[in-house]
Amino acid sequence: MATQPQDIQELMRRREYSAGFVTSIESDTIAPGLSEDVIRLISARKQEPEWLLEFRLKAYRRWLKMEQPKWAQVHYPPIDYQAISYYSQPKSHKDGPKSLDEVDPKLLETYKKLGIPLKEQEMLAGVAMDVVFDSVSVATTFKKKLGEAGVIFCPISEAVHEHPDLVRKYLGSVVPFGDNFYAALNSAVFTDGSFVFIPKGVRCPMELSTYFRINERNTGQFERTLIIAEEGAYVSYLEGCTAPQRDENQLHAAVVELVTLDDAQIKYSTVQNWYPGDEEGRGGIYNFVTKRGDCRGRRSKISWTQVETGSAITWKYPSCILRGDDSVGEFYSVALTHHRQQADTGTKMIHVGKNTRSTIVSKGISAGHGQQSYRGLVRVLESAENARNHTQCDSLLIGDRCGAHTFPYTEVRNPSARLEHEATTSKIAEDQLYYCRTRGIAEEEAVSMIVNGFCKDVFKELPMEFAVEAGKLLAVSLEGAVG
Amino acid sequence: MLEVKGLHATVDGKEILKGLDLVVRAGEVHAIMGPNGSGKSTLSHVIAGREGYTASAGTVLFDGRDLLELEPEVRACEGIFLGFQYPVEIPGVSNLTLLKAALNARRKHRGLPEIEATDFLAWVRDRARLVKIDPKMLSRGVNEGFSGGEKKRNEILQMLILEPRLMILDETDSGLDIDALKIVADGINTLRSPERATILVTHYQRLLDYVRPDHVHVLAGGRIVRSGGPELALELEQKGYAWLEAA
Ligand SMILES: Nc1ncnc2c1ncn2[C@@H]1O[C@H](COP(=O)(O)OP(=O)(O)O)[C@@H](O)[C@H]1O
Ligand SMILES: [Mg+2]
Repeated sequence: MATQPQDIQELMRRREYSAGFVTSIESDTIAPGLSEDVIRLISARKQEPEWLLEFRLKAYRRWLKMEQPKWAQVHYPPIDYQAISYYSQPKSHKDGPKSLDEVDPKLLETYKKLGIPLKEQEMLAGVAMDVVFDSVSVATTFKKKLGEAGVIFCPISEAVHEHPDLVRKYLGSVVPFGDNFYAALNSAVFTDGSFVFIPKGVRCPMELSTYFRINERNTGQFERTLIIAEEGAYVSYLEGCTAPQRDENQLHAAVVELVTLDDAQIKYSTVQNWYPGDEEGRGGIYNFVTKRGDCRGRRSKISWTQVETGSAITWKYPSCILRGDDSVGEFYSVALTHHRQQADTGTKMIHVGKNTRSTIVSKGISAGHGQQSYRGLVRVLESAENARNHTQCDSLLIGDRCGAHTFPYTEVRNPSARLEHEATTSKIAEDQLYYCRTRGIAEEEAVSMIVNGFCKDVFKELPMEFAVEAGKLLAVSLEGAVG
Repeated sequence: MLEVKGLHATVDGKEILKGLDLVVRAGEVHAIMGPNGSGKSTLSHVIAGREGYTASAGTVLFDGRDLLELEPEVRACEGIFLGFQYPVEIPGVSNLTLLKAALNARRKHRGLPEIEATDFLAWVRDRARLVKIDPKMLSRGVNEGFSGGEKKRNEILQMLILEPRLMILDETDSGLDIDALKIVADGINTLRSPERATILVTHYQRLLDYVRPDHVHVLAGGRIVRSGGPELALELEQKGYAWLEAA
């Protein structure tokens, strides 16, 4: 009768996915299947230059020779890549909206339901937003204001036409087209995503944000994001993701590349709430993502902050290559898995330059049958005199059918390096919940309070507006967790 | 205020309370003494509503209402407070966070809006002074890294902040030095009023020197075997419990 783990699990099971609705909108979707012809078709639809088609085809040919990685601690049936449609766009979007007024009202409605108003006057002050619906970007807000500051923030498909030299120079320069199985697939078929360029000495005047939504059945989403901060530039960027509730699994394989030159800083935050699948593990998004930042310049800094509550499977290791002397890499992560969700996530910090420093804070929460692995690599090259790393890796278990695993790898080739690693595993204990309840706090709120406390070192790294959102998202994820 | 009648209670299938009667009226202080393992903490948890502490027979009424059918958090909001014999640590959740959530839960229960942040802090600071707890400690995790004495004072602080109507203090005085004992006693006396009642579970007369009880009970073998006035506590201090258990 005591609040045994089952009861807590019972609570967790009743979590509802509030972003799980489908928008009925007419779409122009390329038939499922992948071939050179399909890639040529995508490229033609987007009227891409020859070099980009070449990039795609090279990636595709490489991908054909690659195998799905097997080393991650995740299990799923083989994916039939011929059953996926690689391109889908809302029909009304054919010629692309010139302004928000031209965006299909049904889409605006969709985003409103998700709590993301697209009308500029309704938006959070100080946040510019790009929105990607299935394969295409449907709206970018505050373009003008950003333009005045010299900041470029637009769909990458648009950047290919408007800023071809920049795209050509940086695309694939951090994550090469044949980097890994999913990155190669993405390089072959990516359709849209965001492009950000902050010129020398500019501090981006507002938060930038991209919202990704998968709507169509049997479509994959393969977005590509590229962010460049020139010397002394600064930008804070946030991405959010949701998808409808469907019985089949859907594939999401994104690539994100970040580049910082001397003294530049990029703060990249993710709130990932793709549909996680139901209690029995039916449906949900396969989230296989390659994110990498290249601190090319001296004293530059890249921070990854992620709150991962969704997806059936998460396979994701936002990494930093600390090439410039005195550069800094940070990774702050909260990952929540329950029901049958699986996550294998972590980071790689590659120390190349002198006096490079990295910080890793990973908080994993598992409930139900959720399985989670932290996988991290800290590599210190011979050239990296005086490298420093601090890794803190904590797991919180709710119930006794879930699991947490840590795989910290280190490779040190320079003896001056100093690496610290701390790890803890804890459980929400029955007596902690009881103690809260005797103070008048209902069990559900107590669970949420404990989980939020566990995550606070990560939440404080999120932009203010989103820290609150993240707290709420966790609370929603835990909703019904207590009878 | 509290009426316990013929209470039988089991923990993990084992019967611990075997027909317990106790009546506590508003304004009264009751001391419950008795040998280790006699069921004092069990009684406290049955009143507070711990799951797994099941009443198999008998009734517990609070303000004439059946207490046993209420969730523990509802009992707390109705004014019952249990000071734990072993206060629980909740790392990562600050004392302030817990206190604020607890206060607001109570206010919500009464249909009041949430407390203003500044009012809350002022109230907490004021009360922390009474129990000589440095307000800085309250930014730390709940009871995290607190010494035994600090944990007990923290229970009293929570009680002073929440202002319950029925206070049950389970061996709050155990393991305290004399200064801490006085602080705890002052805290209890601060709340003592004609509208409130207190149940002190204790082994020692010395707490009762500072908080004079109206009634003293001996709990042995799951039942109240003897009740009396303050003089009973003195007698127990001299003779121990053996003579009662034998009886
Ligand atoms: N969780 C539990 N599971 C099983 N037995 C318990 C549990 N808690 C207490 N008991 C038993 O119940 C009896 C009464 O314990 P308790 O109420 O803590 O006594 P007291 O507080 O008077 O020392 C003891 O025999 C003790 O071992
Ligand atoms: Mg006891």
